[in-house]
Amino acid sequence: MSGNRRRIRETGDTLAAYVILTLVAVVFLAPLAWMFATSLKQESQVFDMSALSMPNPVEWGNYREAISVIPFMRYLFNTTLITGLTIVGTLLASSVAAYGFARLRFPGRNVLFIIAISTMMVPGIVPMIPRFAMYKYLKWVDTIKPLVVPFFFGVPFHIFLFRQFFLTLPRDLEDAAKIDGASTFQIYWKIMLPLTKPALATVTIFTFMGTWNDFMGPWVYLKSQAKWTLSLGLASFQGQQAFQTPWHLLMAASLLVLLPALIIFFVAQKYFIRGIATGGIKG
Amino acid sequence: MKRLRGREALEGYLFISPWVIGFVVFALGPLLAAVVISFTSWDLIGPAKSVGVENYRELARDPLIAKSLFNTFFYAAFAVPLGVAFALVLAVLLNTKTRGISIYRTIVYLPAVTSGVAIAILWKLLFNADSGLINEVLRLFGSLYEAAINGMASALDSRFTPAAVRFILESLRSLGAPEPPGWLSDPAWSKPALVVMSLWGVGAPTIIFLAGLQGIPRELYEAAQIDGAGKFGKFRHVSLPMLSPLIFFNLVMGFIGAMQIFVQVFIMTDGGPQDSTLFYVLYLFKQAFQYLKFGYGAAMAWLLFFIILGATLVQFVLSKRWVQYER
Repeated sequence: MSGNRRRIRETGDTLAAYVILTLVAVVFLAPLAWMFATSLKQESQVFDMSALSMPNPVEWGNYREAISVIPFMRYLFNTTLITGLTIVGTLLASSVAAYGFARLRFPGRNVLFIIAISTMMVPGIVPMIPRFAMYKYLKWVDTIKPLVVPFFFGVPFHIFLFRQFFLTLPRDLEDAAKIDGASTFQIYWKIMLPLTKPALATVTIFTFMGTWNDFMGPWVYLKSQAKWTLSLGLASFQGQQAFQTPWHLLMAASLLVLLPALIIFFVAQKYFIRGIATGGIKG
Repeated sequence: MKRLRGREALEGYLFISPWVIGFVVFALGPLLAAVVISFTSWDLIGPAKSVGVENYRELARDPLIAKSLFNTFFYAAFAVPLGVAFALVLAVLLNTKTRGISIYRTIVYLPAVTSGVAIAILWKLLFNADSGLINEVLRLFGSLYEAAINGMASALDSRFTPAAVRFILESLRSLGAPEPPGWLSDPAWSKPALVVMSLWGVGAPTIIFLAGLQGIPRELYEAAQIDGAGKFGKFRHVSLPMLSPLIFFNLVMGFIGAMQIFVQVFIMTDGGPQDSTLFYVLYLFKQAFQYLKFGYGAAMAWLLFFIILGATLVQFVLSKRWVQYER
């Protein structure tokens, strides 16, 4: 009897959870759905007072127009180049440093690792002004170097993620390779690194999300329009339109900018979630 | 053996040397230089001029410093606790092993991967006072409420005197459905608007809480059940203490992030209306990179650094009272 009653109560709880979650899901999806709907409307329909209406007629041509009113392809190329280089840079440099911190013993190792971690706490804006002065002196302003080169020296959070992963690998692997006469670098490069595919995926996704969407960095360093990223292009497209904002085109362009991030999220959600969870649980 | 260890140490330094060089060039060096720059007046075009502590004195005099600090604290004071509480509730709801739950999880995480300019532009449209989605939905609810009141009117007529009916209807009308707020165009509503927007992006803390919930051993819940704890009791006496280190982590990280809010306001409001969304980093950014007052900007950056450091230390001290670490 009491078992039965409990089952009924549990079913009721599950049902309540579903109802609340469905409401949350609708609210969470609404902004992106709205972005999509607006991107397919005609300009006159965007501020139609029956704004809850669906696009009618459906204007797929907005997308063609959006990528031609701004030099979309140029910005896409620039953004892809910068993002690709930052990913390569941090994958190499962060994993090398992490291997050193995780697997090799040397005096001062723990102190140096704590220093690496604590730099994550410094607000990004504090070193920004001196870095800008330094890049200006090096004549790096208006090039992609300030946005890319630092990644080739490792990113503390990524070093942390790789280190957590290296620590979980058994030592026997290295010992066996050492007996076979492999050098430390060979062990890192040929044996350990291929085993860290989940960490490589996580760091790739984090770096992609950070760089692809970055605004402040490109705004500070990229002056000539031909070198702009998608974020700068979108911001300037939005900023020029003081009175009659072409929201339908802005939403089409914005959605195209978000699309790669959305696709990567759907394909590699597992790694994204694991990375965030690792940062929180072990950090 | 000793030689082997010496060799390992050498290789260790070699492996971390890229990071060490990067740390000196891109972190330590700039931080030291930021101290020096904060004591100068420098536009990065001419030479830097030493001005002593003048920039720091100016921090105390500049009314927009106080204003932007107030705005930033106001935002953080609402966005961070509300965000952490919301993430906790979502994580509990998502921590069921029923069918289809992974779809809900994906939907909750989704906004967390979308950030930056595109999202700021989107929310600017959503918050549009005249015909943004948010106010359209609010008006829809308003008209439903109005219709419900009118429906009540006929039911009340037969039972009460006309004066009483009018009083009831008027008070119900005044309770609900005024014109919805102007959000980003109203100084009183612009910060709450940004808080609402921040709640949409609670995916990351939700993931952390969910991972934490999944790591709590079943036996603890079973023990609590034997002690007679109900569903809420189990949450209060098992989940909450077990999650307290993660609540603390999310509060600290959320605060550090909230104090540096920038892109949203740069794109959506540029600090307006009437400086109501002039947040600290936006003001710093304008001083340094738009007005070329790099010395003043560096002094501002240090103030922010010490505020964040101080607040984080206070949170750590207070955490000893409520965070329970496993021993």
